[in-house]
Amino acid sequence: MAKSGLLSSSLAKKYAMAATGLFLCLFLVGHLVGNLQLFISGEAGREAFNVYAHFMVSNPAVKLLSYLTYLSILFHAVDGFVLTKLNRKARPVSYAVEKPSENSSWMSRNMMVLGTIMLVFIVVHMQNFWWQMHFGAMPIQVVDGVELHDLYTVVYAFFNPAESMALLSLALYVAAMFAVGFHLWHGFSSSFQSLGLRHAKYTPIIRFFGRAFAVVVPGLFAAVVVYIYLIQA
Amino acid sequence: MLDSKIPDGPLADKWTKHKDNVRLVNPANKRLIDVIVVGTGLAGSSAAASLAEMGYSVKAFCFQDSPRRAHSIAAQGGINAAKNYQNDGDSTYRLFYDTIKGGDYRSREANVHRLAEVSASIIDQCVMQGVPFARDYGGMLDNRSFGGVQVSRTFYAKGQTGQQLLLGAYSALSRQIGQGKVEMFNRHEMMDVVVVDGKARGIIARNLITGEIERHSAHAVVLCTGGYGNTFFLSTNAMGSNVSAAWKAHRRGSYFANPCYTQIHPTCIPVSDDAQSKLTLMSESLRNDGRIWVPKHSKDVEAIRNGSLKPVDLAEEDRDYYLERRYPAFGNLVPRDVASRAAKERCDAGMGVNKAGQAVFLDFDSAITRYGSTEANVRGIENPTAEEVRALGVAAVEAKYGNLFQMYQQITADNPYETPMKIYPAVHYTMGGLWVDYNLMTTVPGLYAAGEANFSDHGANRLGASALMQGLADGYFVLPYVIGDYLADDIRTGAISTDSSEFDEAEKSVTARIDALLNCGGKTPVDDFHKKLGQIMWNKCGMSRNAIGLREAITEIQALRERFYKEVCVPGRADQFNQELDKAGRVADFLELGELMCKDALERNESCGGHFREEYQSEDGEAARDDKGYTHVSNWEYTGVPSEAALHKEELVFDNVELKTRSYK
Amino acid sequence: MDFTLKIWRQEGPQAVGHMATYQVTDISDEMSFLEMIDVLNDQLVRSGDEPVAFDHDCREGICGMCSMFINGEAHGPNRLTTTCQLHMRSFKNGETITIEPWRAAAFPVIRDLVVDRSSMDRIIQSGGYVSVNTNGNTVDANALPIPKPAADEAFEAAVCIGCGACVATCKNASAMLFVAAKVSQLALLPQGQPERTARVEGMVEQMDLEGFGNCTNTGACEVECPMGISLDHIARMNRDYLTAKVANKG
Repeated sequence: MAKSGLLSSSLAKKYAMAATGLFLCLFLVGHLVGNLQLFISGEAGREAFNVYAHFMVSNPAVKLLSYLTYLSILFHAVDGFVLTKLNRKARPVSYAVEKPSENSSWMSRNMMVLGTIMLVFIVVHMQNFWWQMHFGAMPIQVVDGVELHDLYTVVYAFFNPAESMALLSLALYVAAMFAVGFHLWHGFSSSFQSLGLRHAKYTPIIRFFGRAFAVVVPGLFAAVVVYIYLIQA
Repeated sequence: MLDSKIPDGPLADKWTKHKDNVRLVNPANKRLIDVIVVGTGLAGSSAAASLAEMGYSVKAFCFQDSPRRAHSIAAQGGINAAKNYQNDGDSTYRLFYDTIKGGDYRSREANVHRLAEVSASIIDQCVMQGVPFARDYGGMLDNRSFGGVQVSRTFYAKGQTGQQLLLGAYSALSRQIGQGKVEMFNRHEMMDVVVVDGKARGIIARNLITGEIERHSAHAVVLCTGGYGNTFFLSTNAMGSNVSAAWKAHRRGSYFANPCYTQIHPTCIPVSDDAQSKLTLMSESLRNDGRIWVPKHSKDVEAIRNGSLKPVDLAEEDRDYYLERRYPAFGNLVPRDVASRAAKERCDAGMGVNKAGQAVFLDFDSAITRYGSTEANVRGIENPTAEEVRALGVAAVEAKYGNLFQMYQQITADNPYETPMKIYPAVHYTMGGLWVDYNLMTTVPGLYAAGEANFSDHGANRLGASALMQGLADGYFVLPYVIGDYLADDIRTGAISTDSSEFDEAEKSVTARIDALLNCGGKTPVDDFHKKLGQIMWNKCGMSRNAIGLREAITEIQALRERFYKEVCVPGRADQFNQELDKAGRVADFLELGELMCKDALERNESCGGHFREEYQSEDGEAARDDKGYTHVSNWEYTGVPSEAALHKEELVFDNVELKTRSYK
Repeated sequence: MDFTLKIWRQEGPQAVGHMATYQVTDISDEMSFLEMIDVLNDQLVRSGDEPVAFDHDCREGICGMCSMFINGEAHGPNRLTTTCQLHMRSFKNGETITIEPWRAAAFPVIRDLVVDRSSMDRIIQSGGYVSVNTNGNTVDANALPIPKPAADEAFEAAVCIGCGACVATCKNASAMLFVAAKVSQLALLPQGQPERTARVEGMVEQMDLEGFGNCTNTGACEVECPMGISLDHIARMNRDYLTAKVANKG
């Protein structure tokens, strides 16, 4: 009866969005654990953060995960663009008057806009730190005889108010975290719905957790950066 | 001479014996035989699906945008079946007997018994299709009592039984469409039947999107096109419900049986203004708990109409619970025809409670108090306050009728928990229709009629929850058997050509009719004529009729029809989507049928079921049947002018039941 | 009451459409929305113009034929209400009301406010049924007990009137709520089990072929659905389709 393969159907595209989206939520947690160490000031913080950063680029298991992350981001973004394009095609003539706010949240309707902001942010962000870490000229810290890239110092320098671009960077970073938060506000529980995981008892919990996640995680990311900026002011 | 082809033998064996004796068509030959089914309500969908399953090549037609929209969908209450799941003594015979008696002894015994026989299979079939009937906590099917019978035999799916049954039949039909065994024509209107060598061999249809006139041939044509309640303009029928297919069949030789039998449903929401386009039914089940009343005194009526007195403030002794007064034995639960006439009697006496004077109250106040006290007892509340009782009672009533109350409030903006509902009778169903024999064949060979479109099972008055039963019985369990007996002669006929003089003639007459409507050059919209016709019918051929009024009505309708063809304005063209043109064609047919209905009502000098002639009533105003003179079906043969149609009687023979006077006192 | 109406007029499927403005006066607040359109059409016919074409039939909220996008919402501003059950008392005197047809690639406009929804029929034809032939000898209806909660939930899905408001409302013109209602109804009942896998695959495939958009879980359909059909059913379909595809041998 049905000839379409798993990947070509509309539902399959949704499963892929949901699965990669949830995986990227895990990535955010991992990333956040590292960033929180930037709260620790002085040498202790510098060492803890750099050791963690070194572990993240050298451990083979983490490496595998990081490739999965890159793939997920890519897939999530491409799939998102494809879906948006198909969805636009499904309504070639738009309405003269629409009142979408009567029946749905702004976030749920603007996942593509929020996602695009995030994608731009990710590119800039990786250029600023990831590229620097892997290919740039980095200061070095030696811990237990191992030479570590001193990313801690690079981050602190990047958000040092003395830098002319620091305030702008800070503002853009915080703005991007808002985009992440809004995206997650809808995206987290939506992923469960797409995978068919809905239950009268558990769905409210998932929704609450998703919204808490959407506030707390990007909030902490932003807090770290604001802290770094303020403490050096 | 009309031959109803009722099989010999004892009543209970007739159908079984008949099934054993009808000729069969072998599977290879069925593929070579085409059947056209017009209409996709319960009868049409189930017939088209069943015939296709059997192997016939089926073409199905509906005027709506999808077969799922047919007006069977609006039936609320339920479907009867003699299952005796409640162990209350129900049986095939009792269902048969109740239907015959409810129909005021004006239906055919053999057909009604067959209906009762197959009723149980309908429930089995629908459940297998996934129809979600109401169930009890043990997972078994639930039943309710309905229409004043003494057993609980009505199966239901909340207030949407018709919808669920139709969607079941629609899914069966969809399966056959998906397999290519039924070719479905949505948005197509049947414009004429084509009769070749005395047999129905096809139809002319109009594609309502493009306006194209199409020829479709077949070895048999089945009309499942519903009733003609819209002759009255205002009715509970859908806006598109029409008589055109049946009327075209009548003009081509099918006799029209008992056109004057119309059912007026007592509990509808009253007309609110001049632009009213249709009436909405409130389920009959409301009469189980609601009490019907009007004020006793004219001064109170006046005060209620102008808003200076709230109905809840009128003292108990100033109210006239007229059904309880007139029919102490049955009270508010008298049959539909009796309840409707009683409401009309009070409103004609000037006691109507809305501005137009055409409404009575349906009051749930005592039910709320009664349920509230019971609930308080159940919960062990001692000496509950009036407010507590009321709150508990409202909750209980809401649990029972919540969706109906909500619907009422949506339409009227009145809160029926706080103020009594206003109701008034409205045209709901038509028992008359195309005459058919035991095999559901009309007087034109090869032309069948099923469901509300035929006349066969409900006599002069239909019992609640029986319309759904008849539609599905005809479509699932009767037609598929009986049609083979006729088609067995056609296995060597081959495909019917549409290039024949008969098809030419039919198409020409269709085109001519359309041209006449479009080119009349008048200024008056179609609806004006329809409303005018409706007024004549309602006033003179409605809940009660008399010879003088009916004669006037015939003259008035003839004049109106003449005016219609001179003054109607149908804008637009024939070769496009043109709803005014669709409407005009239907109204043109109602303008002829209305006249025949009056003629039939005038000819039937008795009162029976939904037909109440003022001249024929007992001293206390009850219907007086004339079993000696009128125990027959009146069948009308088209002769050109509707009121000059030729009458052919089919005498009704009652071997198994004794004719009695219905009494509800 | 008086109203200014802005209505989409389009003479035929290929014609270019436009918004036209009309005035209606002396409208009673008791009138239904469609009766108000009747008044407008009466006015148009009397003045020699062509009336506005619109789909409608039962006018009691159950047939699913009426379909208007009123002031930016499918079936207008009221919840759990079809256009035919919307009354003029829900509008303010003097208000401007914009009326458009359902907009979706899978619902091409036939004329004015009338669209072709046969794509929904084709979805049902590709699996929205239980394959049981008519005969008088299926098992007795009570031989198959169905737990009341399952029967009730199946009923809640089965009340779908197939109006297409979900598609009209969805920013992606997705038909997921419509398809899911049927898939879920039959998935909840024992009668639906034998074809459960094939059904969901067939219906989803047809849905995609018809050019409906994808579900992005905005939930707008559930809010605008006149029958209040829940997103639960979409989740059940997502689950069933995933299971079907994973278990599929082909």
